[in-house]
Amino acid sequence: MSQARLMQGNEACAEGAMAAGVNFFGGYPITPSTEIAEIMAKELPALGGTFIQMEDEIAGIAVVLGAALAGRKALTATSGPGFSLKQELIGYGCIAEIPLVIANVQRMGPATGQPTSPAQGDVMQARWGTHGDHPMIALSPWTVRESFDVAVMAVNYAERFRTPVIILLDEVVGHMREKVVLPKAEDIEIYPRRKPNCTREEGYKPYTPMADLVPNPADFGTGHHIHVTGLIHDETGFPTGSSKVTEDTIQRLHQKISRVQDEITHYDEFFMEDAEYAVLTYGGTARTAYAAVKMARQQGIKVGMVRLMTIWPFADKVIKKVAQKVKKILVPEMNYGQLVLEVERAAAGQAAVISLPKYNTEIFTPKEICTAIEELATEVVK
Amino acid sequence: MQQIRLCGSGGQGVITAAIILAEAAIMEGKESVQSQSYGPEARGGASKAEVIISEEFIYHPKVVTPDVVLALTQQAADKYSADLCDNGVLVIDEDLVPDSPEHPNVIKVPLTRLAVEGLGKDLFTNIVSLGLLVKVTGVVSFETIQKSVAKRVPPATIEKNMQALRIGFDALA
Amino acid sequence: MRSYEKYFRMNRLPHIWCPGCGNGIVMKSIAKAAEQLGLDQDNTVIVSGIGCSSRASGYMNFDTLHTAHGRAIPFATGIKLANPKLKVIVITGDGDCTAIGGNHFIHGARRNIDLTVILFNNNIYGMTGGQASPLTPTGKKATTAPFGSVDTAFDPCELAKAAGASYIARGTAFHAKPLVDLIAQGISNNGFSLVEAITQCPISYGRRNKMGDAAGMLKWMSENAVPLAAYEKLAEEQKGDKFPIGVLYQKTAPEYSAEYAKVIKLAQGGK
Repeated sequence: MSQARLMQGNEACAEGAMAAGVNFFGGYPITPSTEIAEIMAKELPALGGTFIQMEDEIAGIAVVLGAALAGRKALTATSGPGFSLKQELIGYGCIAEIPLVIANVQRMGPATGQPTSPAQGDVMQARWGTHGDHPMIALSPWTVRESFDVAVMAVNYAERFRTPVIILLDEVVGHMREKVVLPKAEDIEIYPRRKPNCTREEGYKPYTPMADLVPNPADFGTGHHIHVTGLIHDETGFPTGSSKVTEDTIQRLHQKISRVQDEITHYDEFFMEDAEYAVLTYGGTARTAYAAVKMARQQGIKVGMVRLMTIWPFADKVIKKVAQKVKKILVPEMNYGQLVLEVERAAAGQAAVISLPKYNTEIFTPKEICTAIEELATEVVK
Repeated sequence: MQQIRLCGSGGQGVITAAIILAEAAIMEGKESVQSQSYGPEARGGASKAEVIISEEFIYHPKVVTPDVVLALTQQAADKYSADLCDNGVLVIDEDLVPDSPEHPNVIKVPLTRLAVEGLGKDLFTNIVSLGLLVKVTGVVSFETIQKSVAKRVPPATIEKNMQALRIGFDALA
Repeated sequence: MRSYEKYFRMNRLPHIWCPGCGNGIVMKSIAKAAEQLGLDQDNTVIVSGIGCSSRASGYMNFDTLHTAHGRAIPFATGIKLANPKLKVIVITGDGDCTAIGGNHFIHGARRNIDLTVILFNNNIYGMTGGQASPLTPTGKKATTAPFGSVDTAFDPCELAKAAGASYIARGTAFHAKPLVDLIAQGISNNGFSLVEAITQCPISYGRRNKMGDAAGMLKWMSENAVPLAAYEKLAEEQKGDKFPIGVLYQKTAPEYSAEYAKVIKLAQGGK
């Protein structure tokens, strides 16, 4: 183990990405994500990597898509307004199957909103922000150490599934500093860039799916002369108007993720053994929820907590099990009520789902969530 | 658990002071969380930094009821000291907070003036304040805060910063 | 087999362009420039945006990337910086490059990054049926300018020059042979190169503006394109529709990926 040190969430995210092999960063500065760009600007060249500040948010994602196609592991970072601008090219990454990590440090919107205030308002945008259908992987850390781990995981998933992966930080975790002990480099598993399984002469087709439904498009500059497009394409990589290929492609994009959904659903449970009520939480809010659950436990309320690290794909099975066990599920979020809709859907009426939204620039206090838990426990279930 | 809030105006270095304090706590093997909130201004405007120090992992990352509030401007004192607990301590720069908020335990020290008189620059006010905070709270040892300051500041300024810490520490008998 | 055919993916032809379209002439000029330079197909990447001309990438036998509308230059920037030994050629159209991609175009030029941008200028959004672009001349008709465009058109060459590009040339589909040389020189320039290739869109532009068929539009090019030296000698009242062709501007300036290599060296402790 390395030494304990004080570290910021954004810094841990940058360090984690580099530890996982990221050697290219492109982006546009935006509060509260800018520290990630600043750290990359300072540290990447010493590693032989490349940093470039682009002219706008769209160029910020385009440049990393280009770099990823030319063989680099690439990261961009942004916040709400920039995340909105990047959506078209996130979709491009999905259809062209380009490994890419986007760190989105959420701030309060809509529009310029409250630029330095925390929020969790991009949860649905992370899933549905682009046009068309494709799956999405989004991971939301709740500690500084986990910001490092999630960055490593995001880079690995991007490579393994050849898809954009979103690190859904919030201003609370991104900007707070806390004690961390980072893992040693040799203890970090790195998923290598996938390689073509045969040569051009042997009939290589860059978009032929392998057994895991993920193709192995060659990096540019390796002699394979591949064609990459945002149009629907067949195994050769060239566009086609075929209805069958279109349908099969959209299905395969979903199935390459859904087939590993259980494996990539990461979550924690606390005090759930005898729980009659549950708090379902994620990101920075989960820290406050934990303090609140402990306060409620001290009052004798049998309440537990489920903390999602994987936000997308949504943890349907986890929620279903929780809903079968408890009477009510409380969902505190720093937004007007977003992920609660998914919880309701997955709970499917097995437990009452109660939204606890907050959208006034301030984070929850433990007392606020504890009071809501007390209300759960005293109200009669309708 | 100790909950400490440092506030002032952007540019007075309260965030840096909070980071140094949190790093000192970690050097002593404790858990520590540091956070801040600020307005859009790079300089000026109210700036608030918080440090929580505990023997156990800290979940809720913000100060709920501060044990100590250090305020370097009147605006910050008015805005950020109301939730101080009754047996807590309010530390103010007596020149810059002429109208002290009502509290049973107020420590008044001319922090900025001490920095200017002792070191020739108000730039050291935050480190003078750190010395005083360590004296008031005892949350870390004087030796540890010295080490922590030395790690953060530019090497050429270490000596002056050590003097600043001492001035703050000795400001209270 | 003709000698430049190895630069085409023959199994992807014929192309989708309309009869009379000038894009094929410009695309062939790129292939012939590649042949002239002996470009290594394994180390050359063609990047295009969205539009008629941007379909060219799919027909050319290199690593090729058909990006999103307007974004070819930042994608190409990523490729070049990720692997500076690659030659990167950008194929784009007037709408793609100067409207939705205008910001990227000027910043690519500002960085003087080693990309060769071949701007197929047909003065119109052809693929979607003839909407006005920033290079549609004032007064010309488009489906979105049915009474004639009231906008003032850009001069993309002047724009690139002001922004910092180090090689700027203009050619036409009529002057196909010189166009090959202009493109080859652009690819050879170590920096941001713009080759504006005037090309005809008889279907969505010429017809609507009474410019005749493809032959008529090519004739217009032959009559109005004037080599730079001759153009400069024209009196203002002689200029009319006339425009200069040839190498319009050249300078030596630091190239971005080479400059960044110095940053890496510096960060790694070198001098």
